Amino acid sequence: MPAKFTPKVVTANALLEGDVVYLTAADTWSRHLTEADVLTDEADAQIRLIDASARVNEVVGVYLADVASGQDGPKPTHFREAFRMRGPSNYLHGKQSEAY
Amino acid sequence: MYRYSDFDAAFVAERNAQFRAQVERRVDGSLTEDEFKPLRLMNGLYLQLHAYMLRVAIPYGTLNSAQMRQLAYIAERWDKGYGHFTTRQNIQFNWPTLRDVPDMLDALAEVQMHAIQTSGNTIRNVTADHFAGAAADEIADPRPVAELIRQWSTDHPEFQFLPRKFKIAVTGSPNDRAVTKAHDIGLRMVRNDVGEPGFEVIVGGGLGRTPMIGKVVRDFLPEADLLPYLEAVVSVWNLLGRRDNKYKSRIKITVHEHGLDDIRARVEERFALLRAAFTGVDQQLFAQIKSDFEPPAFKDRDVAPFDQAYANDPVFRSWADTNLSAHRAPGHAIAQISLKAHGATPGDATADQMRVMADLAERYGYDELRISHEQNVVLPHVHKADLPAIHAALKAAGLATANIGKISDIIACPGMDYCALATARSIPIAQEIATRFDQLKLEHEVGDLKIKISGCINACGHHHVGHIGILGLDRAGVENYQITLGGDHTETAAIGQRTGPGFSADEIVPAIERIVDTYLSERDSADEAFIDTFRRVGMTPFKTALYGESDKKQKAA
Repeated sequence: MPAKFTPKVVTANALLEGDVVYLTAADTWSRHLTEADVLTDEADAQIRLIDASARVNEVVGVYLADVASGQDGPKPTHFREAFRMRGPSNYLHGKQSEAY
Repeated sequence: MYRYSDFDAAFVAERNAQFRAQVERRVDGSLTEDEFKPLRLMNGLYLQLHAYMLRVAIPYGTLNSAQMRQLAYIAERWDKGYGHFTTRQNIQFNWPTLRDVPDMLDALAEVQMHAIQTSGNTIRNVTADHFAGAAADEIADPRPVAELIRQWSTDHPEFQFLPRKFKIAVTGSPNDRAVTKAHDIGLRMVRNDVGEPGFEVIVGGGLGRTPMIGKVVRDFLPEADLLPYLEAVVSVWNLLGRRDNKYKSRIKITVHEHGLDDIRARVEERFALLRAAFTGVDQQLFAQIKSDFEPPAFKDRDVAPFDQAYANDPVFRSWADTNLSAHRAPGHAIAQISLKAHGATPGDATADQMRVMADLAERYGYDELRISHEQNVVLPHVHKADLPAIHAALKAAGLATANIGKISDIIACPGMDYCALATARSIPIAQEIATRFDQLKLEHEVGDLKIKISGCINACGHHHVGHIGILGLDRAGVENYQITLGGDHTETAAIGQRTGPGFSADEIVPAIERIVDTYLSERDSADEAFIDTFRRVGMTPFKTALYGESDKKQKAA
């Protein structure tokens, strides 16, 4: 039996800056996971992934990342995605240094 | 130091111009990422977790003050004001934007530096003993050899699409500080029975998921035969190497699968053909390169200022005892500058710190700096009389930590704080271990102990050859750290043995503490170093300290 589909977001790195970005419901790229569109249907997620992957002049390395729903929108379920969302732990660099 | 010829300068300038055009074509959409990626990797540009990363070669770890100042300038102008020195004598900038990289490369070219072949399936930056040209135990300076290999391998048409990356290290000392036995090829400069210079050629070493200690494929290779022989080794592997499986593509696997004797026979056959093609031009070039590495004119001066500071200043004395090594010239010393302040990120230096080190090199150090594979900076030639002033300047810049070779002098890869390949973080573990043992004030009591941490199986942090190795893994979505003991990175190289099941991020520092406590209680005297105690008493007491007496628990991995 195939595994149950868990909620996902489309994520990538921005071509010019390399920043982690997330696909919003409006098909724009946001720097904030909280603004990402949470995909709960597998077929929909695959189509969104294919379409996003075609945007080669905007992003690099598009993939689906697992999320859980939280009070402030989606949040990561794996520590790697938590680091991508926040930035490195040794300096206050990356997203964590930018004002929301 | 080697100075670029007109050919070198033109080559780097042309490559930079090509890459600038490639970046423009990527940005305007003419190149896809699939097309662009191999081009950017050829020029040292990675895309990591949070940003691009530019890896710049520091050939054989040697820099002058102008180059170090330019690295500081690049760090401030295009990055976040710091750089990260790596285990392969490179420096990495963690935050460039794609559009800025061509300007960064041009800025590097201004001081005869580049990022060529710091990535991709090519012969990478050739590394060397960081004490080259200075060490008291040295037979010959390995840097002219490394420079010759760099010139031969750069853009070598046969070796641009190898089965995988290929790393070469050279040492000119019997005491191996260049980890030659963990490289695809390790070269040890030796002399034969009649005193002629040559090389012991070691092949098939490597760390990563299948760690192997290199094997001697040629006991003595005459100096003049170096390039044809290297070309023979690489071309034999280029044909045999597994392109079907990247985990089996390195030469260590080829040597393992075919056997050393088979590889040796193939190499000798190929060498016999290639040798005739080298007409001696390489040796003329080698002679020129050697003249660029003439030692400075060391001045003989009174060392009284050193003796006075050593007698009167306990902080200076501790630093001198820990961070200095024997120099070949009377009155001189090799001074290591620790980039491992307790709690800091191993291998990181701020732009200001880079300038301080550049100034010290220019004023006191014959304008030379080195980067060690242990992620520290070295002033290779300083007169002892100048050391009190050097120490004072380092102290003011947060660079006078007296911990070289000690428990807090930890090698750590960037790990999951930066690296897209990592399975766990390395840096915070290094920070916590260093901070903890500093609090305990045990560092100097413990003595020489190498901890090396990698955040994934690829082993950039050399964990297999650490006296204590730590490997960060992802176990069911949680960071987990495996420990190995008994690794050795020197001429007596050995791969560490796993202790047993791994530890969580919260448990790893207490586990290291238990290992160190066990060593302190097991050692026969304060003169017996950790690695010697481990070799004498074996794994058992350490296992017991980590997991208790229960056999079942040890098997639960």
